[in-house]
Amino acid sequence: MPHDVEKHSHSLLPSDPELKVKALETALVKRGLIDPAALDEIIDTYQNKIGPKNGATIIAKALLDKNFKKALIDDPMQILEKHGFLGRQGEHIKVVENTPEIHNIVVCTLCSCYPWPLLGIPPTWYKSDEYRSRVVREPRKCLSEFGVTLPKNTKVRVWDSTAEIRYLVLPILPDRYKDFDEEQLSEIISRDAMIGTALIGDPS
Amino acid sequence: MSRVHDMGGRFGDGAIQPASINDKTFKEKWHSRALAVTLATGSLRQWNLDMSRHARECLPPKDYCAFSYYDKWISALANLLVNKGVISADEFLDPIRKTHPLSSRKLLAADVAGVLSKGAPTSRSVVDPPKFLVGHRVKTRRAVNKFISGGHTRLPKYVEKCEGKIEICHGAHVFPDTHAHNLGEQPEHLYTVSFLASELWESPENPSDTLCVDIWESYLEPVNVP
Repeated sequence: MPHDVEKHSHSLLPSDPELKVKALETALVKRGLIDPAALDEIIDTYQNKIGPKNGATIIAKALLDKNFKKALIDDPMQILEKHGFLGRQGEHIKVVENTPEIHNIVVCTLCSCYPWPLLGIPPTWYKSDEYRSRVVREPRKCLSEFGVTLPKNTKVRVWDSTAEIRYLVLPILPDRYKDFDEEQLSEIISRDAMIGTALIGDPS
Repeated sequence: MSRVHDMGGRFGDGAIQPASINDKTFKEKWHSRALAVTLATGSLRQWNLDMSRHARECLPPKDYCAFSYYDKWISALANLLVNKGVISADEFLDPIRKTHPLSSRKLLAADVAGVLSKGAPTSRSVVDPPKFLVGHRVKTRRAVNKFISGGHTRLPKYVEKCEGKIEICHGAHVFPDTHAHNLGEQPEHLYTVSFLASELWESPENPSDTLCVDIWESYLEPVNVP
């Protein structure tokens, strides 16, 4: 059976991607199919409003409060709704906890699935061929490229987001930060720590 | 046969370039426009998420490999718009100022926050109970779309014909293999299945590492433990 998506009209657009976007945007605006003001609003949302701060807020709370952590792992959607962290690409969230025995890493080998409402738009490396192809087969080697070395006895568990479930890593809180309050903690929980390619307190 | 996007486990890719703390969300202005145009046209309701993913997968391998991330998005969007009959390819270079019948669905700035925070959950209720329970041994079938040759599927090649264990039952979710091809949602139970690295790779870094992959029920068959 033939399928329609195999027709490749994209080659008729200018080859420079900047001009390609411009040409498409112009064609759609002229037909009244998109509103430039709505585009600005979308960009403002992901540039300025939604980002890793959301995820860090939740993770910081979980690291300080055992009951909150249990609730976040058992029924994350209820908590995320309360914080206003629901939305596109975060319809079904699962939080996976790092322990001395297991280190979790998240990837999407088939495209670039990522928990947008908690971490924003994924960084370039997360969408790269290098990460997508290699992290499932050689996770420790990939971690070393981020400057992360795991204890010898820690096993790695890689989560490939092939469906609409989006994964967020709950990292281990190193002892040296045990006295930090929620706000101080949320400052040092990096985006990469919530993907699993960094540890809390790493420079990234 | 798989497509170019299905790259999990592939050999030959170089080192990862981690981000710098100064990296912007959008490195170039056109990246943000590509994302925004793609999201905004979704409101025209001429395709679904699985169709737009498949449009990216269907870019010729030569282009898929050469294009940057948002170039893939915008090129796939151009193909969707033409193949779904929304606009003609002639309009790419010679835009027409004529109101489109779908313009009443245009996403307005005032509705952006609502649309983005609502999302589109894919969980559905189904009558049939799940075939598998946590702890059951299962084996994946071949990673192909069973309805359309070369069609969309979310079973990665690197786990095909492999044995694993059910870790989580997620309830039923929309089935991408049909949904991407106008064959309906046909929701099926979805599971997280864990595979030992030793089951997947010739020389794993640590044979007891695990891979967790989200897998629809019809991608799986039971394994009878002797």
